[in-house]
Amino acid sequence: MSSDLEEQDYTDQLEHDDELWNPGHRACAGCGPALAMKYITEAAGENTIVANATGCMEVISTPYPESSWGTSYIHNIFENAASVAAGVEAAYQAFDRRDPDHLDVQDEDDLNIIAIGGDGATADIGFRALSGMMERGHDVLYIMYDNEAYMNTGVQRSSQTPFGAETTTSPAGKESIGNDTNKKDMASIAADHGVPYVATASISNPHDFKQKVEKALEIDGPKFLHVYAPCPVGWGFDSAKTVELAEMAVKTGLFPVFEMEDGEITSVNKIRDREPIDEWLEPQGRFKHLFKDEEKGEAAIEELQEWIDKRAEDLGLDA
Amino acid sequence: MAQANQQNPSDEQEVMKGTSAVAKGVMAADPDVVSAYPITPQTGVVEKLSELVADGELDSEFIKVDSEFNAASTCIGASAAGARAFSATSSQGLKLMSEPLFTAAGMRLPIVMAVANRSLSAPLSIWADHTDAFAERDGGMLQFHAEDVQEAIDHVLLGFRVAEQVNLPALSNFDGFILTHVQEPANIPDEAEVSEFLPPRDPEYTLDPSDPKTMGAYARPEHWTESRYEIQRAMMDAREVWADAVEEFRDVFGRDYTEYGGMLDTYYADDADHIVVAMGSIAGTIRNVVDAYREDGEKVGMVRPRVFRPFPAPELRDALADAESVAVLTKEMSPGYESAFAGEIKGALYHAESQPPIKSYVLGMAGRDVKPEDIAEIVEDVKTATPQMSFKESESWPQLRPELLEGGDDL
Repeated sequence: MSSDLEEQDYTDQLEHDDELWNPGHRACAGCGPALAMKYITEAAGENTIVANATGCMEVISTPYPESSWGTSYIHNIFENAASVAAGVEAAYQAFDRRDPDHLDVQDEDDLNIIAIGGDGATADIGFRALSGMMERGHDVLYIMYDNEAYMNTGVQRSSQTPFGAETTTSPAGKESIGNDTNKKDMASIAADHGVPYVATASISNPHDFKQKVEKALEIDGPKFLHVYAPCPVGWGFDSAKTVELAEMAVKTGLFPVFEMEDGEITSVNKIRDREPIDEWLEPQGRFKHLFKDEEKGEAAIEELQEWIDKRAEDLGLDA
Repeated sequence: MAQANQQNPSDEQEVMKGTSAVAKGVMAADPDVVSAYPITPQTGVVEKLSELVADGELDSEFIKVDSEFNAASTCIGASAAGARAFSATSSQGLKLMSEPLFTAAGMRLPIVMAVANRSLSAPLSIWADHTDAFAERDGGMLQFHAEDVQEAIDHVLLGFRVAEQVNLPALSNFDGFILTHVQEPANIPDEAEVSEFLPPRDPEYTLDPSDPKTMGAYARPEHWTESRYEIQRAMMDAREVWADAVEEFRDVFGRDYTEYGGMLDTYYADDADHIVVAMGSIAGTIRNVVDAYREDGEKVGMVRPRVFRPFPAPELRDALADAESVAVLTKEMSPGYESAFAGEIKGALYHAESQPPIKSYVLGMAGRDVKPEDIAEIVEDVKTATPQMSFKESESWPQLRPELLEGGDDL
């Protein structure tokens, strides 16, 4: 992947449009999720309604009376972005059928309804709302931005926190190696709901991510996109390295990039010479304990590597 | 109310179950989106609405949600998009909705919900009381309590009318089983009649992509208080809006709820020495007891708040001014203090020139039957109430069964 990036010129696709995700928001320097918001709005365009969950992206983008959102936007609570979006979609279905002149809006078919939530708001507390939205078949694109913990509240673990990561609720200690679970596989869970289009993407490849947003929005029914978006503050790395760390997560196979259509894997971004995971772990403060205690650290890294290798094999990740 | 129906005897009545009747009232309001989850004793409402949609009689988007939490959440999205949205629930379901419902008030979304009132666990109980509605008291939702099925239907229509004018959500309460499962004759207004009283919703702000808005922003301390104040102002405005609505309702449908601006319903209260105050279906039994006292020449009356939020404080001050004593019958309690209903009525009378002694009676909890003789005993008891009552003396649990309690013999 990285070699492709170096060889090809994507300059024209990377021209940025600040109209729909305005500068001046309160995100930290080097924020991965803020880049994701920029790419989402650029790809979706103005005929879009965004329903956002409580979390970093909501708090940094809508400090009243200011807003970064150039699209229609609604935030309600932490765990219901999928349901709020489903309600919006139902309302437009009703307007379309009952009273097309009710509001000055375009045809419901041309309208993009996107729900956005962080990993906690999606994979944990908002899981029921997401499951219901997907199962009922609402014409909504759900995008989970994954920064691997509850960053808005100060770095507590979520079900997307990787094995061995230290967070404030999974601290490393005499008896603990940090977080003791692996990332919940949200893409497969979404696909198992019968969702016609499921994909993963990384902010390190905006071209790929935006194409997937565009592709998803062309499809009727529920869509699920899992976008990888590092957090310099929560992970403890230099804020200039966000894209690099996101790219490295892809190159190590920790975050496989693929598409699933009608439950089947239809494309996988193959990796030549997959990097060992410690290359990715080492620059991050949240894993530094793994390199202090050699014996415990090595065992933990090995366990994480085995999990990655197993998934890589299942997905046919290696080129 | 039987009294009100007599004013317009030409209106066709149909005998039907309370839940079905309410569902048909909802149909008359012509919502764009209905999103509801079944829970006893509300289930009949969501079932009937499903059936009406399945038969093409109700042209609404019906969202078959996974929980009450997401029933409320989808209604929030729909209402923000500009839709007229309806849901129904009860008890634990209302608690599950509580978090999103509080935001519906702050976001000024006029969702209307029918609440089949029921107790809250534990112990598990499916039967009627008002604990669920009182637990939502501070959310900024309009609240009405129906005495009978006709009122439950009419409160849905009045609810949409007022909610959409003041931009607040509304809970239309009706007692579980006692009203949900009773078969009563009731008039269901047809859509043509209703459209005059309740025109299609015309919201000022929506999620219209051609005019983008940010809704549900995050407010820092320098702004948040004002949003709460605006809810309070809208609630206070709702008093007048409700008064106008009940007048127009009378003119259109012939049912008269205009007493005390639609806030209170009274029965022989004007000259009463002893007044029983209660909400909901228990009023029917109280009327019979009042009739019996009046036959004996004793001046007993009843005052029934129809609207609980906004609280009818000025109206209660007026209606209770000349009473020698007041008995508050209530199907809820607030552990650690007294029943919330009685506390609020006492609060309302703090500014009154006349302050009759008020005693509260916690009864009818979780469906325990309240008989006319229970109410007569309360009337006899409250006659002895004095302004000097101690805190303990001012609340009574007349239906308590001490034999079921450890050390109960000493109670």
